[in-house]
Amino acid sequence: MKLKDLLEKRKSAIITHWFNLVVDTYPPDTSRFLKKQKDHFANPVGTTISYNLGPLFDELVMDMDPDNITKLLDPIIRIRAVQVILSPSQAVGFVFSLKEAVRKNLKKELLDNKILNELLLFESKIDELGLMAFEIFVKCREKIYALKATGERERVYRAFKRAGLVSEIPDGKPDGMINFLKSDNVEVEPLSKGS
Amino acid sequence: MIDSKERASKLSYLPPKTDWMDTPTVYKEGMYCYAAKPSRLEYMDAPYPKDWSCMDEDWQLPENWKEIILEGMKERLEKYRTFKIFMDICVRCGACADKCHFFIGTGDPKNMPVLRAELLRSVYRNNFTKAGKILGRIGGARELTIDVLKEWWYYFFQCTECRRCSVFCPYGIDTAEITIIGRELLNLLGLNIDWIAAPVAFCFRTGNHMGIQPHAFVDMLDFFTDEIENVTGVRMEQTFNKKGADLLFICPSGDVFGDPGTFTCMGYMILMHYLREVHGLDCTWSTYASEGGNFGLFTSHETMKRLNAKMYAEAERLKVKWILGAECGHMWRVINQYMVTMNGPADFLEEPVNPLTGTKFENAKATKMVHITEFLSDLIQHKKLDLDPSRNDRLKVTFHDSCNPARGAGILEEPRHVIKNVCNHFYEMPRNCIREQTFCCGCGSGLNAGEDMELRMTGGMPRGNAVRYVNELHGVNTLACICAIDRAVLPTLMGYWAPEVDVCGISELVANALIIPGEKEKTENLRGEPILRKDVEPDEWYTRPDFPGREE
Amino acid sequence: MNKKYMYSLLAVIVLILLPYVGVEAAGLQVLFGIIIPYLAVLIFIIGFIYRVMDWASSPVPFRIPTTCGQQKSLPWIKQNKIDNPFTTGAVIIRMALEILFFRSLFRNTSIGLNQGPKISYVWEKWLWIVALAFHYSFLTVLIRHLRFFLEPVPVWLQWLEKIDGFFQIGLPGLYMSGAVLLAAVTFLVLRRIYLPQVRYISLAADFLPLFLIISIAITGILMRYFTKVDVVGIKELAMGLASFHPAIPDGIGALFYIHLFLVSILFIYFPFSKLMHMPGVFMSPTRNLPNNTRAKMHINPWNYPVKVHTYDEYEDEFREKMKEAGLPLEKE
Repeated sequence: MKLKDLLEKRKSAIITHWFNLVVDTYPPDTSRFLKKQKDHFANPVGTTISYNLGPLFDELVMDMDPDNITKLLDPIIRIRAVQVILSPSQAVGFVFSLKEAVRKNLKKELLDNKILNELLLFESKIDELGLMAFEIFVKCREKIYALKATGERERVYRAFKRAGLVSEIPDGKPDGMINFLKSDNVEVEPLSKGS
Repeated sequence: MIDSKERASKLSYLPPKTDWMDTPTVYKEGMYCYAAKPSRLEYMDAPYPKDWSCMDEDWQLPENWKEIILEGMKERLEKYRTFKIFMDICVRCGACADKCHFFIGTGDPKNMPVLRAELLRSVYRNNFTKAGKILGRIGGARELTIDVLKEWWYYFFQCTECRRCSVFCPYGIDTAEITIIGRELLNLLGLNIDWIAAPVAFCFRTGNHMGIQPHAFVDMLDFFTDEIENVTGVRMEQTFNKKGADLLFICPSGDVFGDPGTFTCMGYMILMHYLREVHGLDCTWSTYASEGGNFGLFTSHETMKRLNAKMYAEAERLKVKWILGAECGHMWRVINQYMVTMNGPADFLEEPVNPLTGTKFENAKATKMVHITEFLSDLIQHKKLDLDPSRNDRLKVTFHDSCNPARGAGILEEPRHVIKNVCNHFYEMPRNCIREQTFCCGCGSGLNAGEDMELRMTGGMPRGNAVRYVNELHGVNTLACICAIDRAVLPTLMGYWAPEVDVCGISELVANALIIPGEKEKTENLRGEPILRKDVEPDEWYTRPDFPGREE
Repeated sequence: MNKKYMYSLLAVIVLILLPYVGVEAAGLQVLFGIIIPYLAVLIFIIGFIYRVMDWASSPVPFRIPTTCGQQKSLPWIKQNKIDNPFTTGAVIIRMALEILFFRSLFRNTSIGLNQGPKISYVWEKWLWIVALAFHYSFLTVLIRHLRFFLEPVPVWLQWLEKIDGFFQIGLPGLYMSGAVLLAAVTFLVLRRIYLPQVRYISLAADFLPLFLIISIAITGILMRYFTKVDVVGIKELAMGLASFHPAIPDGIGALFYIHLFLVSILFIYFPFSKLMHMPGVFMSPTRNLPNNTRAKMHINPWNYPVKVHTYDEYEDEFREKMKEAGLPLEKE
C-alpha cells in the first residue's frame, strides 16, 4: 500500500488529530469552546479552522494547487494574525502540527522503509505549506499596519480635503481634530481653557 | 522514528499553571489605547492629569490611590443598585462566557464577561463583604494592588459596553454597567485613554467631538451643499442656529467630518431640504450642540451629563418644538436611558408630533426627541416621501444592528422598514448575529483608535465573519448601519474581513432613492457611483467589470 | 486535584462529622436539634432581610433595562412586549418568565435556527434543563418537608406527594424530586470540575453550596429509603420547634442530626453568599424596569447640577469666527 492510500484511509483520524493540535494552541478554557461550539457565527475561529483543515489536507495529498491552498489557508491565518495571544510562530506553526498528526496515526506503517521515504516527501510538502502560510501571515500583518497607519486619519483627512478645508490649517488656529490627527499622538495639543 | 512531540509542544499554548487571579496581565501591543494627555483632563477639571503611558512601570499615582478607589467604590455602591446587585448575585454559571465578541475573537479567557466582572468583584468581596473578609481567597476575594489596577485598565478598555452578555444572563447582569463603573473608578486617578478624553474635551469646548469650530462646521456643510448640487442639480441651503425653527436636528459629528459618514450627512441635508421645500417643515442645525454622540458615557456619568446638557440648552434657546436625532449608536443609549433623567424635564419643548402626518410619537413624550428612523418610517408609511428604490438597485444591502440602539433601546424594525422601502435588495445576516443578539463592531465605547488595531480586528471578527457570509451567499455589497462609530470603523473592519463590502448610513440610502423636485436626471449617487441603468439586467450588471466596488 | 473544590469538600466533611460526634459521643442533642436550627432560621431571616434592605437602600438612578426585542414606537411596527416591556404589566410577565422558566438562560439554545452550517448546542441546553430541574425539585422537596410541621397534613400537600411519587418505585415510594435534585446537583458539580471554561471562572465558594446540597440530599435519601428512622419522633421534634415548645424525643439517630445540621448551615450560609441570587433576580434593574424612559421621566434621587459649557461662553469664545461664517449671534 502506498502512503497516499494510507493517508486517504486514515484521513478523518489524522484531521481530527491535527484540528485538536491546532486548537490546543489556545488556552484550555478557550480551546474547549472552540472545539464544542459548532455554530459558525457563535464560534468563527473554531469552525473556520475545522472547515478548512480537511480540504487543505486533500490538497497536500493531491497536487497542491497554490490558489486553492491560499484560499483555504487565508481565513485561518487571517484570524491568527491578529490574535496577539499567539506568538507569530504559533500563528503559522500550526501547519507543522500535521507532521505529528500523521506520524502518530501511521506509527506501525512507518516501520516500512518505503512508506517512510514517501513520508519524507510528504513532509517537505508540509514545509512548503508552512512557507505559504508565512507569506499570508506577513500579508495580513502588512494590512494591519496599513490600517493602523491610515485608518482614522485617512477617513477624516479625505473628507476635509474634499471640502478644501485642509489648506486652511497652517494659517489660522488649528482645529482640534486636525491637530489631534496630525499630532501623531505625541505632542500635546493646546486646549486653551476658557480663552 | 523521529518523535516530534517535544518540538511540536513549543507551538502549542502553555497554559498558566496558576488560577486567573495569579496570572499576571501582560500588556500586548495592539490591544490597548494610548493614555489620555494631561491637557484633556485639565480642560475638564478631571483629577490627576499627567503625562504617562500604560507601559510605564510607574503610573504616577497619588500616594493614597487605594483609598481613592475604595472610597469611589463605596460611593458607587451606595448610588447604584445595579452595581451593588451585580457585585453580589453572579453565580458564575458561565452562560455569558462565550457570548462576548472579544472572547470569541481574542481567545483570551479574561475576556469572558463573567471574569471581567470578577476583576472588580474580587476587590469588592475583599473590602465590602463579611464573607470575603473572613474567607479571603477561598471566598474569591483579593487585595487591591497595583497589578490588579493595571489588570482593570487593560480589560475595562477591552470591553465595548455592548451588553450582548447581558441578554443571556439569567439575572440580567450587565457588564456594560460594570465596565462603566470600572472606568469611572479609573478616571478618579486620571487613568483614561486619549481617544476618549480628547473627544470629551473637544466636545465640551466646541460642541462636537472633532473639536471643529463653528465656522469650519458651516464650511463643511457648505461644501456638502456644493457636492449635492453636482449630483442632483438642486441647491440645498441649510440653516444654522436658527431661532424659531420647527425642529432642532442633532447628528453625530462623525458624520460631518469623516467618510463614509459624510454621505449620510448629505442624506440628512437632502431630507431636510425636501421637508422644507415640499412640506414646509423647518429643521435647523446647531453649531453649539453639534454632537449627538457622547464620549462622556465612556468616562463617567457626570461627564456624560455635562456633555448631554447642550442638547436641551440649545433646544430651549432656539425655541424649537422638539428635537430630531440622527443615526448614532451610543447617542441613543444616552437619549433613551439617561437624558431626561439627567437633564430633564424638557418642559420648554412640545410633545413630539409629526406635523406632516399627525403621528404622535408616544414613546418620546418625555425626552421630546425622536429617532430619525422613527421619523422616516412614519413619513414613508404615510407616503410623504417620493421614492424610487430602483436607484439603489446596484446595492445588495444587509443591516448591522448597532449595539446601543438594539440592546439599549430596541430600535430594530424602524431601520429595516426604511431600508426595505428604499432598497430592493435586502438580506439579513444569520439570526444569532442581528437584532438583540447583534455582534458589536468591536470598536465601540471609545476603542476606535488606531493603535489598538489588533483589538479592533479580533473584537470585530464575529461581525466581519457574518458579513463575509452574506457577501458570499447573496453577493451583499453594502453594510447599512445607524451608528457613526460603525461608519467610522466598519470600513476598516471590512477591509480586513470582507473587502468587497461598503458601509453606509440609512439616510444616505433614503437620499439616493428620494425624488427631489427640480432635480436633474440622476446618473450618479452621492458617492459619484453610477446608478444602475434601468435597461440593464441586474444580474448582468453585477458581473460587469465596471460594476462599482469591483476595483479592488 | 483542584484546590478550589477540595476546600469545600473538606469543609463539608467536617460539617458532617461535627453533629455525628456531637450527638453520638457528647450527647448534644439539644444543641444540634434545637439551638442551632433556631439560630440558623434566625440568621437566615435577619440576614436575608438585611441584604435585601441593603440593596433597596441603593437607589436606581437610571432606567437601564436590557432591551431584547423591538421597542414600542409606531402603530405599524410590532412591539415585542415581553422582551422590551413598556408597561409594568409587561415587566411582570417578563420577570415571571425569567424567574419561572429562566428565559435568558434558555436563549442560549434558541439560536439553533439560523441557516449556518451544522449546529449543536450541547452544554447550553443542558445547563438550562438542569438548572430548571434543580430549582424545581429543590422547591418540591422543600414543600414536601412541610408535612413535618403541619398536623393534619393538608390535602394539597398530599396531592403534591402523590404526584411526586407518581412512579411508585420501591417501598416507601420513591419521590422523583429527591432523585432529580441529587442528579441535577451532581451534574452542576461535575460541570464545574470538568469543563475547563467553567472551572476557570469558579471560586472555591462556588462548590460549598453544591456539596452541602448533595450531602443534604444523600442523608435525606438514606433516612427515607435505607436506614429506617423514627419518623414519628422527627415529626414530634419538628412540631415542637414550629410551636416554640421544643423537646428532644428519644430514638432519633445521628443521621437525622447530620441532615438537620447541614440544612442549618445552608440557611446560615445563604444570606452571605451568592445564593442571594434568589431575591436578587427580582431586583435586577436591567430586567425589572420597563423601557419607557423616553415617554416617562425617571427620577434620579441624587441628581446634582454639573458644570456645563454654556452657549454664552461658547459664543464669547467663537464670536468672531461665528460672525465671519454668518451665524446668528445673541450679542453682536
